[in-house]
Amino acid sequence: MEDFIVAAVKTVIAFALLFTVVLILVWAERRIVAFMQNRLGPTRAGPLGILQTLADGLKLIFKESMTPDRVEVWLYLAAPIMALVPALLIFLVVPIGAPITIGGTEYTLQVTDLNVGVLYVLAMSSMAVYAIALAGWSSGSKYPLIGSVRSAAQMISYEAAMGLALVPVIMFNGTTSLAGIVEAQGATYFGFLPAWNIVLLPSFVVFVIAMFAETNRAPFDLVEAEQEIVGGFHTEYSGFRFALFFLAEYINLFNMSALTVVFFFGGWQGPVFGPTVVQWILPVIYFFAKTFAIVFLFIWVRGTLPRLRYDQLMSFGWKRLIPVSLAWIILAMIAVGIRRFGLPWA
Amino acid sequence: MSETPHNVEGDTEAPVLEPPIQAADEGLDAVERRRAHDIWVAGTEEPDWVAGSTDEGAQELLPRDIDPAVEVQRGLVVDDDYLEEPTVIEDERQIINMGPQHPATHGVLRLHMELEGETVRRVKPIIGYLHTGMEKTAETLSYMQGSTNVTRMDYLSPLNNELCYSLVVEQLLGVEIPPRAQAIRVLMTELNRIASHLIWVATFGMDIGALSMMIYGFREREAILAFFEKVTGLRMNHNYIRPGGVAADLPAGWEEDVEEALDIVRAGLTDYEDLLNGNPIFLDRTQGVGIITPEEAQAYGATGPIARAAGVNFDLRKAFPYSGIEQYEFDVPLGKYGDTHDRYLVRMEEIRQSMRIVEQILETMPPGDYRTEDRKVTPPPRKRIDESMEALIHHFKIFSEGFKVPPGEAYQAVESPRGELGMYLVAKGGSKPWRLHVRTPSFATVQALPVMMTDLIIPDVIATLASLDPVLGDVDR
Repeated sequence: MEDFIVAAVKTVIAFALLFTVVLILVWAERRIVAFMQNRLGPTRAGPLGILQTLADGLKLIFKESMTPDRVEVWLYLAAPIMALVPALLIFLVVPIGAPITIGGTEYTLQVTDLNVGVLYVLAMSSMAVYAIALAGWSSGSKYPLIGSVRSAAQMISYEAAMGLALVPVIMFNGTTSLAGIVEAQGATYFGFLPAWNIVLLPSFVVFVIAMFAETNRAPFDLVEAEQEIVGGFHTEYSGFRFALFFLAEYINLFNMSALTVVFFFGGWQGPVFGPTVVQWILPVIYFFAKTFAIVFLFIWVRGTLPRLRYDQLMSFGWKRLIPVSLAWIILAMIAVGIRRFGLPWA
Repeated sequence: MSETPHNVEGDTEAPVLEPPIQAADEGLDAVERRRAHDIWVAGTEEPDWVAGSTDEGAQELLPRDIDPAVEVQRGLVVDDDYLEEPTVIEDERQIINMGPQHPATHGVLRLHMELEGETVRRVKPIIGYLHTGMEKTAETLSYMQGSTNVTRMDYLSPLNNELCYSLVVEQLLGVEIPPRAQAIRVLMTELNRIASHLIWVATFGMDIGALSMMIYGFREREAILAFFEKVTGLRMNHNYIRPGGVAADLPAGWEEDVEEALDIVRAGLTDYEDLLNGNPIFLDRTQGVGIITPEEAQAYGATGPIARAAGVNFDLRKAFPYSGIEQYEFDVPLGKYGDTHDRYLVRMEEIRQSMRIVEQILETMPPGDYRTEDRKVTPPPRKRIDESMEALIHHFKIFSEGFKVPPGEAYQAVESPRGELGMYLVAKGGSKPWRLHVRTPSFATVQALPVMMTDLIIPDVIATLASLDPVLGDVDR
């Protein structure tokens, strides 16, 4: 019973946290891109315009959710939910801080620690493409259809590379649990260099590129390329249903940044000191600081790069990312083998 | 207005009109003048007339290796007469109407596209959504009012429109324009070319997904528009260049304003080139996309940067100079492949060359009057009206009836940022044109769209369309 209450409380907190983060993310993106472009961005709602997202969200909720005539109604209604749910579920396995001990009981700062965490994450992130493909197809309109076909083409080109990029991480840390991966990065080299997985640089690069494609963000935002196919899969969505897609996109952005931090930047690891409470809080701060640094990378790229064509994305995924990942896996395999068993001639 | 004028076809008594000979053409015989229309594909052996056609010879832009994509697309002649292709099943094609309400069709162009997957097999541009009958309106406005009308056609280069109209009216009037007015005209139109190309690079960047480019382009353009506002009172639709000269002299301290604007543009160009030139995604998106061969460009009447990017060495400022532009040194950049990337390079270089012209004008601006002394054409100075009865009468006649233009017809073309902007004016005597036809560069560009777009995929169609810089006000008029 106690376990159940703890899990329920954690779930509610995780849920609330995600939505708060999205409010900040959308605002931050608009402000940062605005500053990159000699503009101010939203400044009116709340201090520095931070309530702008809330205002936009409220507006969307009170707008009429139109259902066009020629849609496949059930799929059309289900698609936004299918987009949001996997996005929320991914966050359940992300550890956002060091485990804390209250009254002799240890509580982990993640809703649940799956021992197949990496596989779970990959599975959930692949689910998102169903929502996009179904939304585009069920809309009964041409631009959304093109968008959903593109999303399928995009998915098969980067998803494999993304999984392959994580294989060296798993081999290196010897676990597929996210908490375990973070724990494994707690050591230091030479006493001061943190032993983060960023040493697996090719994996990191491939993962980040695949991540941009996964979240449908520039330069891989071809699924919803406004200048080409109007809005892509969400052209026919309005009101709250559109808000759900929007929410899912930004939750995914945060999730992917958080996962990058977990896999390559040591998660919540960092120097801890001071009284117990500070020792609880500091890792959480480290985690969010690192995550927002990755988010900034997302925003920066969006403000800089043009969009790829989807055939270019496919050839990039198949001809560059996958061969690089495979070669790197072999190298990493040899390195891990040497580390564990020593040199073959020794 | 009911009777036909003398010069309409079939009337045997039509007066024989001498073709207008411009100052720069004197000394050129007919053969030489025709040569200016000849083409030279950059990269092939340079004919000797090329060297004489620009100051330093026609420039070839950044040579690069032959792009296989270029070779594939070059020479793919398009069946825009909608022949059936038997290899494809009819059911597997879908028709999509891009526009007139679409984020990337630059106004209200409608592209009727037949898609096979995402590949565009046929494309048919449909125009007319912005048609406001400006050519007809011109017949109801006096020559004095006419430039308020034409300035609204190509709203990104209003001064070029005004210049073209003024020149064609002046051709029939036979008035002489003082050198200062001519220099002001060249200054303003070249600045306008810079502003127009800046807005082009902004929207082009946006259409291929580089969102920041849009703001950057507009930011630098703002400096030029601020100068325009100071000189003409308005940011667009200036009505500044008028038959007989310009509306007002340049304000005091204009040299510093222009230099400041040029500095801002120069800094901006460096920014764009940092952002785009070496960017592999940008190169992938533009090289080998939307090719037009020089032959096709000529066949479809495409002019300006589009034709020059294809290697057609034709710039009206060199071939048929106007307003004394021949006294300034500048080069005409030529592309080699006729693809989207070459159009980008050509336009960026044209900005630089226009800045070169403006800098020369800054040094050589002649003193004198900013409009002709002919008081039948331009109103007398305000204080003369109090002193002279003649001046009062002229003033009254100009603003009530307008000045009269002798019967005849004339064609005048200027190099607008989009290409050859020509106006054909038929006057019957009286103070209003009998007919004004405008040959707009965007119109010819839009009709060449199918050549460039067939067998591309949708993102390339957008990139190609953006690279052509059509202004729908210019197409539909």
